[in-house]
Amino acid sequence: MGPTLNNVLKFTDLPRMVASRWGDSLEIKIDQERQLIQITCDPEVLQDLCQWLFYRQGYSLATLIAEEAPPEWVMRYILYGDTGNGQVHVLTRFPLSRTKVPSISPAIHAADWQEREIEDLFGLSFEGHPKLGDFILHEDWPEGASPMRTAFDASRLHPRQESGPPWRPEMIVKTPGAFMMPVGPVYSDTAESAHFLLETVGEDVVRTIPKFFYKYRGVEKIAEGMPADHALLLAERFSGSSAFAHSLAFCQALEAICKIQAPPRARALRVLLAEMERLRHHTAAVAGICSSTALAVAASQTSIIEEDLLRLTCRLAGHRYFFGLNTPGGLARDLPDGECKKASEAAWIVLDKLKELHEMLRFTSSFLDRLEEVGSVSRKKAVAYGLVGPVARASGVSRDLRVAQPYAGYGQQTKFQVPREAEGDGYARLRVLFAEAEQSVNLIHQVASTLPAGPVRTAAAPTEGCALGWAEAPRGAAFHWLRTDGSGNIRRYRVMPPSFVNWHGFHLAAEEFAFQDFPIIMATFGLSNAECDR
Amino acid sequence: MLKWVRKGLRAGIKTTGYPHTRESAPGISPGRPAAMLCDGPQEAGAVAGRCPTGALSNQGNMIRVDHRRCVHCGRCRQDHEHAMAWEGGYEWAGGRKAPGEMAAAFSRSLHIRILDAGACGACLSEIKQISSPYYNIHRLGFFITPTPRTADVLLVAGPLTDPMRLPLERCYAAMPDPKRVVAVGACAVSGGIFGPSFAAAAGISQCVPVDIEIPGCPPPPLALLHALLMVAGKTKQT
Repeated sequence: MGPTLNNVLKFTDLPRMVASRWGDSLEIKIDQERQLIQITCDPEVLQDLCQWLFYRQGYSLATLIAEEAPPEWVMRYILYGDTGNGQVHVLTRFPLSRTKVPSISPAIHAADWQEREIEDLFGLSFEGHPKLGDFILHEDWPEGASPMRTAFDASRLHPRQESGPPWRPEMIVKTPGAFMMPVGPVYSDTAESAHFLLETVGEDVVRTIPKFFYKYRGVEKIAEGMPADHALLLAERFSGSSAFAHSLAFCQALEAICKIQAPPRARALRVLLAEMERLRHHTAAVAGICSSTALAVAASQTSIIEEDLLRLTCRLAGHRYFFGLNTPGGLARDLPDGECKKASEAAWIVLDKLKELHEMLRFTSSFLDRLEEVGSVSRKKAVAYGLVGPVARASGVSRDLRVAQPYAGYGQQTKFQVPREAEGDGYARLRVLFAEAEQSVNLIHQVASTLPAGPVRTAAAPTEGCALGWAEAPRGAAFHWLRTDGSGNIRRYRVMPPSFVNWHGFHLAAEEFAFQDFPIIMATFGLSNAECDR
Repeated sequence: MLKWVRKGLRAGIKTTGYPHTRESAPGISPGRPAAMLCDGPQEAGAVAGRCPTGALSNQGNMIRVDHRRCVHCGRCRQDHEHAMAWEGGYEWAGGRKAPGEMAAAFSRSLHIRILDAGACGACLSEIKQISSPYYNIHRLGFFITPTPRTADVLLVAGPLTDPMRLPLERCYAAMPDPKRVVAVGACAVSGGIFGPSFAAAAGISQCVPVDIEIPGCPPPPLALLHALLMVAGKTKQT
């Protein structure tokens, strides 16, 4: 899976192409080792440059990072390419007194929510963005207080203001009988807290307006000033259902700052554990889809498999959700070869059960009726919204960080396929989940049978610096960007989880479908609000 | 549809015998640190100092554990000479009120309402498991209800993020008396690693009166069962 000749040419050609187009208005630095091109440009060329990278060169948007670095603001736009094309960090700086930034979202819609987030939390305003306003902080948050600014005191509750009636959008359907249906934030079962306004004429949902961040815990802010070890607890626990992937991305960012690499055994075990997490997550997602269609026996049988996997994880790793395993420099403790082999054998049994289940679901017409051609997202829209993970792969976008930007033990040693479907409907998403679960079991088997011997941890000395860490979490690409000070404390922490990105595109699937399909479409997206809200 | 009935029958009964028999299948609980006597106060201090959440404290040679703050990070037992001993088990629920005050308001079935006050997903996943075949709360007369109007018990997970304060208050107010509130997991009990802060409280007791706390990060399904049995007066209160 090494870079092909074409790709290598593209990465090395990129700086020249950028320089010939924008010439003197930017400064380019190349880090060959990390495959990273850093471009510092004027705010004026920002949108052009990002658009060119995104649409003409096929780079995806990872995240936007605003950083207060007196006497100036540093805005960092991170884009990443396919295998061998590395990353491009576009930086732009302007004085702290300036509060207006040119928006890139008119050109790259994928940046829409990220700019809204920065506007809400930093008080920066994006010129040209069509819709700014309350987003993460709700109506009762006082205007002008920006929690992500360094001066803000995050240790205690901020006084709230009296707020009027909740915001209601203008209805676009004017026919008699049309109405706005509120859904949430509290649901009838274990669904997470989130609110939707569904504009409907009674049957079809015309428009979906989400109001999220009921679960905003300010993880990025409360991490500031913490020792990295302590912030790791936040990275691991803000989204308990994908704890291993997020803690892995966080640890890899720290390892990049300290310029160390986890030992080969730790890198291999990280693959094994990450794939076990994916297997469990996808099993739970299938159970969710079955129960959303009221297929009770299938839901029960799948949740038996899920509990089997939770118990297996606990026996292997000491915790049912992989908490406490990743540590900067490797793993907190070694796992015996024998236990890993046993886990791999158990994973094969799980795969057999999943295959049987898939076969039965494939021939259950009442189930398929609810999924096929329901909640469709086209490939074009998936690209424009920068969707990630199984949702994107069901719409024909096969980008996967394990292949595009190999990390841990992924890369030459491990062989697997990235499943892809073209239809982009609920059934395609279900098929992708099953196909990925199979690939995960293959990977677990490969790793368990070729585990290198040796230590599982490299010592990491606290260093000053900044770096990006990433992992393909069960729901898609996860990015953790860190800046540490000389004693290893966190100065700035930025998390871009896959659920945030995919919730942005969720309305594409929910609109123009019947009201009763809404929970099923939600289940096939399989997103987490804890992961999105942070 | 017949094939699904057959599949269900073929799978057989998976359900635990708890509370009638003890459940001992491996992997049902991550365990937790247990109070321990060290060789000297210095060792005890060093071990307690490794806890990032302040759950461990020492008095002389003795290390005490405040389970309400423990998040199972496992750092107290990792590659050190003086590792904390961990205990298995899952009967972790504890009452916040005197046994007299908790006097059996319920003796038969319970209807349970679940509220997510900023939970990370692990607690919710464990709550989901209690209605699955392995744990099957229905056999005990416990049911999840979609509305607070018919709920006896409110299960709340998460540190209580600010926007969830009002929904929690309203949900509690809508429940008929008698009613019980159960705080699920370290976050709901003490704020965990998230609260108190500008965005979250130090647990749900800052908003509604808590009757029973289940420590753990997350508490395993059997610990949830233990708490519900306690509400129903079917187990001794610890």
